[in-house]
Amino acid sequence: MAATEEIRLSSDALLKANKPKRPANMGQFLRWGLLFLGGIVMIMPIVYMISTSLKWPHEVYNLKLIPDEPHLENYTFVLEDGRFYWWFVNSIIIALITTLCNVIFDSLVGYTLCKFRFPGRYIVFIAILSTLMIPTEMLVIPWYLMSQQFGWLDTYWGIMFPGLMTAFGTFLMKQFFETVPDDFIEAARIDGLNELQIWWTVAMPLVKPALAALAIFVFLGNWTAFIWPLIVTNSVEMYTLPVGLSSFGDEADVAWELIMTGAAISTIPTLIVFLIFQRFIIRGVVMAGLKG
Amino acid sequence: MANLAIRDLVKTYDKVEVLHGINLEVQDGEFVVFVGPSGCGKSTTLRLIAGLEEVTSGDIEIGGRVVNNLEPKHRNIAMVFQNYAIYPHMTVRKNIGFGLRSSSAPKAEKDARIDQVADLLGMTDLLSRKPDQLSGGQRQRVAIGRAMVRDPAVFLFDEPLSNLDAQLRTQMRLEIKKLHQRVGSTIIFVTHDQVEAMTMADRIVIMKDGYIQQVGTPAEVYHNPANTFVAQFIGAPAMNMIEGEVKENGSIQLSSGGQIDADLPAKPGQRITLGVRPEDLTADTSAPFLEGSVAVREPLGHETLIYVKTNAGEFIAKADGRHPPDVGATVRLGALQENLHIFDAETGGALV
Ligand SMILES: Nc1ncnc2c1ncn2[C@@H]1O[C@H](COP(=O)(O)OP(=O)(O)O)[C@@H](O)[C@H]1O
Ligand SMILES: [Mg+2]
Repeated sequence: MAATEEIRLSSDALLKANKPKRPANMGQFLRWGLLFLGGIVMIMPIVYMISTSLKWPHEVYNLKLIPDEPHLENYTFVLEDGRFYWWFVNSIIIALITTLCNVIFDSLVGYTLCKFRFPGRYIVFIAILSTLMIPTEMLVIPWYLMSQQFGWLDTYWGIMFPGLMTAFGTFLMKQFFETVPDDFIEAARIDGLNELQIWWTVAMPLVKPALAALAIFVFLGNWTAFIWPLIVTNSVEMYTLPVGLSSFGDEADVAWELIMTGAAISTIPTLIVFLIFQRFIIRGVVMAGLKG
Repeated sequence: MANLAIRDLVKTYDKVEVLHGINLEVQDGEFVVFVGPSGCGKSTTLRLIAGLEEVTSGDIEIGGRVVNNLEPKHRNIAMVFQNYAIYPHMTVRKNIGFGLRSSSAPKAEKDARIDQVADLLGMTDLLSRKPDQLSGGQRQRVAIGRAMVRDPAVFLFDEPLSNLDAQLRTQMRLEIKKLHQRVGSTIIFVTHDQVEAMTMADRIVIMKDGYIQQVGTPAEVYHNPANTFVAQFIGAPAMNMIEGEVKENGSIQLSSGGQIDADLPAKPGQRITLGVRPEDLTADTSAPFLEGSVAVREPLGHETLIYVKTNAGEFIAKADGRHPPDVGATVRLGALQENLHIFDAETGGALV
């Protein structure tokens, strides 16, 4: 009985395999259609960015996708403008340091909150979480006043200090450390490692996917940060890329073609960061799936 | 290697006392198994010995030295956890060598030690693998290797076999026992499985609700259980129990109506519980004290277990492997006097 069933199934499979295509299926069609639309929506801004960066100023407000006379003058201009390098380097330094600090401090605090029992643990956790509910706009003024008092205006430290640790990152890491079995930590404790060694050699390697996700979030967030760097910086050399790019043009006119050119160039590091870290994320998802 | 002593050990979690004064002496090189139902405090006791939890009161002594306030790493113990706790991101060699990380021995010496342990466990050709390329039994062996590599005074095992399938469990049981014979270290082994306890232990510690019920060799706890709990926990199927009362002439009047003439250390009028193991209860007897009809037969090959319905409940008895009584047949059951266990009906304690 079961054997005949199997034979019929496999002959069905053979029949199907011989057909060139599966019959059109309405549900499938709809799915692909929606995905396609979503893809278009996502890709359009990027296409426009590149298209605009290839236009002359007078064409910018003409929404044609293909410029009449595409050219690379904008790129030459931006890359020959010394300020662009300053901003680029500023942004790189700030984004890298902030990312590193977040990866280390968020996971240290997340680990502590997750794996240690101490009085007030819950209150500390809630306090950290509650800061998520305060919008950045409300914090900008106190940050500014503080920076002014401490003399941090127009410095790297001034740009970076609000983001060196984030409540979100701490929360994320705490949740991921929950997946590290307590046995792993206790076994290491018995084997004679101190708490910092356990965190670094046992817990951290096991949450690599989360670290990669955090690194991408933080890097992108800082790379594109605009309001706070704009407020805290005064001199052109201290600008970050987004702030610097927005200053292209003069009071009368915004030089969109230059801004888009700078923006196009500045997407390169984000692409690199993503390409480096996405492997970990994908592998993490695959591994989590296999474990079950 | 060292002996271990536990004195009046009490542990409270958030004001709830889970261990109520445990006392135990373990000799150097002894294989002691803690057994008891889930939640009785076995793991807690083990974790207190390991130093993973703080003692509320009482003393723990390893090798003649009180270790209450020592960090786990200074207690000279190693522990094997239920789900192995081997690190998925490290090779077998790294995992086994992990226990040597904090030692200051030269690398060559450590490597030699790892090779030696791997050889002992028959894992030499697996050293470069990652845990996800190993079977359950092999992972368990890595965990044991990691514990062995430091040559600790006391090994602690917390239900290390419960994640393995039945066949592998039997095999690992034997391997751990052989390992103990070869290495000769003191071992404290926790399990909820009485078969594991019986087959592996030099001495068994039976626990319930944070109290030790009995400590003894497998034969002692089997043949002379200290109370009804131990009597029913050790041995499968569990010991049959029946209520009764001691009469003026010293014989026992059972609630089923049957009578046993016995020479008892009990006062007339005392209410007792009579225990008799299924393998001791048989129709092949000259002095039956139970009568009932066979409800179910369970052939085991060399013998058949029969479930007999009596007016005092169901009893399990042993019958012949080839010619067991038919289902529905009436049987009269009895046992040799030396196989009867008499307990106080109120306290559950054995009367001897
Ligand atoms: N960290 C803890 N906090 C509170 N209660 C605990 C904790 N660990 C164990 N217990 C309680 O202690 C009792 C004994 O647990 P345990 O030693 O794990 O039992 P087992 O014999 O199954 O290993 C249980 O009732 C359990 O609920
Ligand atoms: Mg347990």
